[in-house]
Amino acid sequence: MNKDMKILIVDDFSTMRRIIKNLLRDLGFTNTQEADDGTTALPMLESGHFDFLVTDWNMPGMSGIDLLRKVRADERLKHLPVLMVTAEAKREQIIEAAQAGVNGYVVKPFTAQVLKEKIEKIFERVNS
Amino acid sequence: MEHTQSSLGDFESTLKKHAHELVDSLEKGKFGDAVQLIHQLNQTRDRGLYQEVGKLTRELHSAIVSFQIDPQMPQAEEVSQITDATERLSYVVKLTEGAANRTMDLVEQGTPVLNQLSADARDLRTDWQRFMRREVEAPEFRELVQRVDKFLARSEEEAHTVSGYLGDILLAQDYQDLTGQVIKRVTTLVTEVESNLLKLVLMASQVDRFAGIEHDQEQLRAEKDQEKHPTRGEGPQIHADKREDVVSGQDDVDDLLSSLGF
Repeated sequence: MNKDMKILIVDDFSTMRRIIKNLLRDLGFTNTQEADDGTTALPMLESGHFDFLVTDWNMPGMSGIDLLRKVRADERLKHLPVLMVTAEAKREQIIEAAQAGVNGYVVKPFTAQVLKEKIEKIFERVNS
Repeated sequence: MEHTQSSLGDFESTLKKHAHELVDSLEKGKFGDAVQLIHQLNQTRDRGLYQEVGKLTRELHSAIVSFQIDPQMPQAEEVSQITDATERLSYVVKLTEGAANRTMDLVEQGTPVLNQLSADARDLRTDWQRFMRREVEAPEFRELVQRVDKFLARSEEEAHTVSGYLGDILLAQDYQDLTGQVIKRVTTLVTEVESNLLKLVLMASQVDRFAGIEHDQEQLRAEKDQEKHPTRGEGPQIHADKREDVVSGQDDVDDLLSSLGF
């Protein structure tokens, strides 16, 4: 896994962005940027050459699921690996995210270990 | 409530009694009497309706008073309890955010100190093991002793620093007490508001019965369902272990996704 890959963290709570950023740094990923909802994230993704997207679901403005759909509908972004990290825990929501093309789904509250496992799993698949 | 029941009871018994008389007078061709009866029925219904609307208005008024909402005085000094509760909850958000950031600041300050200390200890141990194997010459040994001495002094000092950070992290958790108190007060208010609203709904339903208003239940349900659309998100689940449609943790999510072929 390329430790220099560029990661975008999208969450409306700055503390959660900070936690994820710290956990990613502990895993060796230091090239991270942040956005507070889908509306801010999308233009960053379109122009920023990101390698990985970590997004929350429930956010004001554009939600994470809508951001995921926009990413999958965009010709240049559709192969971007997306990990959803969210408090949304209804079965139908997880199925909805899977159908929209999410690569991994982590429910809050989560541990550093879970985040690490999911990221590793996503890149194992992407690279195989 | 008892009074309401009896006024509705009056109306219903008058309705029953007059219905028979009405049919009777119509069959006998006494149209004057029939019109009189219809008029009396209308009056009873109107009287009940006015009474219920009156009660509803009074309840509404007392509810407004108890919420301290004064539409007449928008510039009033005293804020309503709802506004106050909203401000209290914003305070909770501010306080918890502050505590989380303060904790993370301290962790971020402490981590590099410990990492450096650990790296230095590792380097020192490598050289110390060389010394134990008698691979270190006298001049290098003198330098090694100096390093060990400095390292011990720095370990003591920095352990003290990090211990200070840990103490501050502990103190940063004091938000729990303050936010707990605020949230309890807001919870009490919400419960009060709910029971007052319920009273109003019951009153309004009496008015509906007198006026013969029927609500489109299906439309109401459809509106409610729309509010629950999954795309909008529900936030954290409080009773995840009691609900079938909600996963209870990451293992559940993984099982669900693998059943979908992930």
